[in-house]
Amino acid sequence: MRLLTREALLSFRRAPLLSTLSVTTIAFSLFTIGLFGLVAINLREALRGLEERVEIVAFVLRGTPAETITLASQDIATFPEVQDVNFVTEQQALARARAELVEFKDAYRDLQVNPLPASIEVRMKQGQRDAATVDRVAERLRGFGFVDDVRYGREWVQRLDQLRNVTGLVGLVIGLAFAAVAVVIIGVTIRLTILQRAREISIMRLVGATNWFVRGPFLLEGAIKGFFGGLLSLLLCYAGYLLFHDNGGGPFGGLIFFGPQQMLMILVFGVLLGLGGSLVSVGRHLRHV
Amino acid sequence: MIRFSHVYKSYPNGALALKDVTFRVSKGEFVFLTGHSGAGKSTIMKLLFAEQRPTAGEVRVSGYIVNSLKADDVPKLRRRLGVVFQDFRLLEDRTAGENIAFALEVTGARSDTIAARVTRVLTQVGLSAKSRAHPRELSGGEQQRVAIARALVNDPAILVADEPTGNLDERATRGVFQLLRDINAGGTVVVMATHDLDLVRQTSYRTIELREGSVVYDSAVDEADTVGAQ
Repeated sequence: MRLLTREALLSFRRAPLLSTLSVTTIAFSLFTIGLFGLVAINLREALRGLEERVEIVAFVLRGTPAETITLASQDIATFPEVQDVNFVTEQQALARARAELVEFKDAYRDLQVNPLPASIEVRMKQGQRDAATVDRVAERLRGFGFVDDVRYGREWVQRLDQLRNVTGLVGLVIGLAFAAVAVVIIGVTIRLTILQRAREISIMRLVGATNWFVRGPFLLEGAIKGFFGGLLSLLLCYAGYLLFHDNGGGPFGGLIFFGPQQMLMILVFGVLLGLGGSLVSVGRHLRHV
Repeated sequence: MIRFSHVYKSYPNGALALKDVTFRVSKGEFVFLTGHSGAGKSTIMKLLFAEQRPTAGEVRVSGYIVNSLKADDVPKLRRRLGVVFQDFRLLEDRTAGENIAFALEVTGARSDTIAARVTRVLTQVGLSAKSRAHPRELSGGEQQRVAIARALVNDPAILVADEPTGNLDERATRGVFQLLRDINAGGTVVVMATHDLDLVRQTSYRTIELREGSVVYDSAVDEADTVGAQ
């Protein structure tokens, strides 16, 4: 192990320029993926904000006893898809209308009879806000005898669904494409290192080194380069994040950065890229000598 | 120790490097392989340390059949051989001592035994004072001695030397050749490819001459025939 580490570190000392090039290549590849990841998580965050507004409103028939509604609300709250249930009385509906719809303030003030019905507002749990689930719950609400009408902005929920699917798919495709390009570039830089050390590899084999012994230092070297590349890419991503985030109250004011788990994932991904690139390049070289 | 039985070797471009080569080398022998460039000397060397496989026939080296040697067994065979080349093949950024130690490290030898063995072989090749010198600080003859020391450090049964004096002046040649003779006197089989006929004539060692891939003269066989005929 000591020998393995020594040989791997030696290669950094022997070819500092090439090593820096490899680390930078990995860093920029991961930076591109990281930037995209940042856009993706921020988009997801924005979608979550929209999703939280997905709500089903069941309008209650006039004259329905309060106990019936309370019992029904308790029942609805036990639906697995439902996060919480809020009963809005006729008076509350009117008060809300007065407060929110300022332009109709006078019209509401002069009313003799409250025209607004009581309603049950149902908010869905996270992950249950897709069109199909919302549809199903709305259908169940319609099943209650005292429910007059159910509204939930069906088209809007469906659009949200589409947006979610499209961003997910685009994210996956672009992410995979960048990852593939990164692997190729990393493979090439590591191949350069190997070509530079072809003579050393041939001597190692000549004196009886096993293929795994030859591979070992290169794999460790690849992993170390991948780690530093990952670290550098995180710094670059953070710099990019600060650049936009510092705008404060602007449109990017609410931007978020990767969490610890996501940062760890990028580092692990960097290490795996370095390892993979080394494994492929050394393997190919060993097959040809 | 070494047995070539009706060995043929052809390359992908169609060139036939060896044609029906048969010979046997026993324990303790010193054998010269001679012939012009392209006669097949280097091909025999490469077959000995399994860098190449025969196209037909059988090559046996130190108990291993090179034809069917698995990739995992190639390092095992090479650890039983010492190989020396015309161009020394030393690692330029390591000292003489480190170059030799490297051959032991790849075998997984313990670090405490490595130092002792490196010192021993450096003394054997007369370079105990140059352990810390880098190859560029050494003369050609000294570099070849380091290469020989590296080849010896695993106590090989066979030392394969491909034109080991090809890049050396006359004095260095004599020194390296004497070293190889001493190694052979210690019981190690030495197979040395050379086109330096002066060296060959200096001794009565067995000589196998190759021409266009075929053995045209083997002193062990031909002299026995001559004696038999008398």
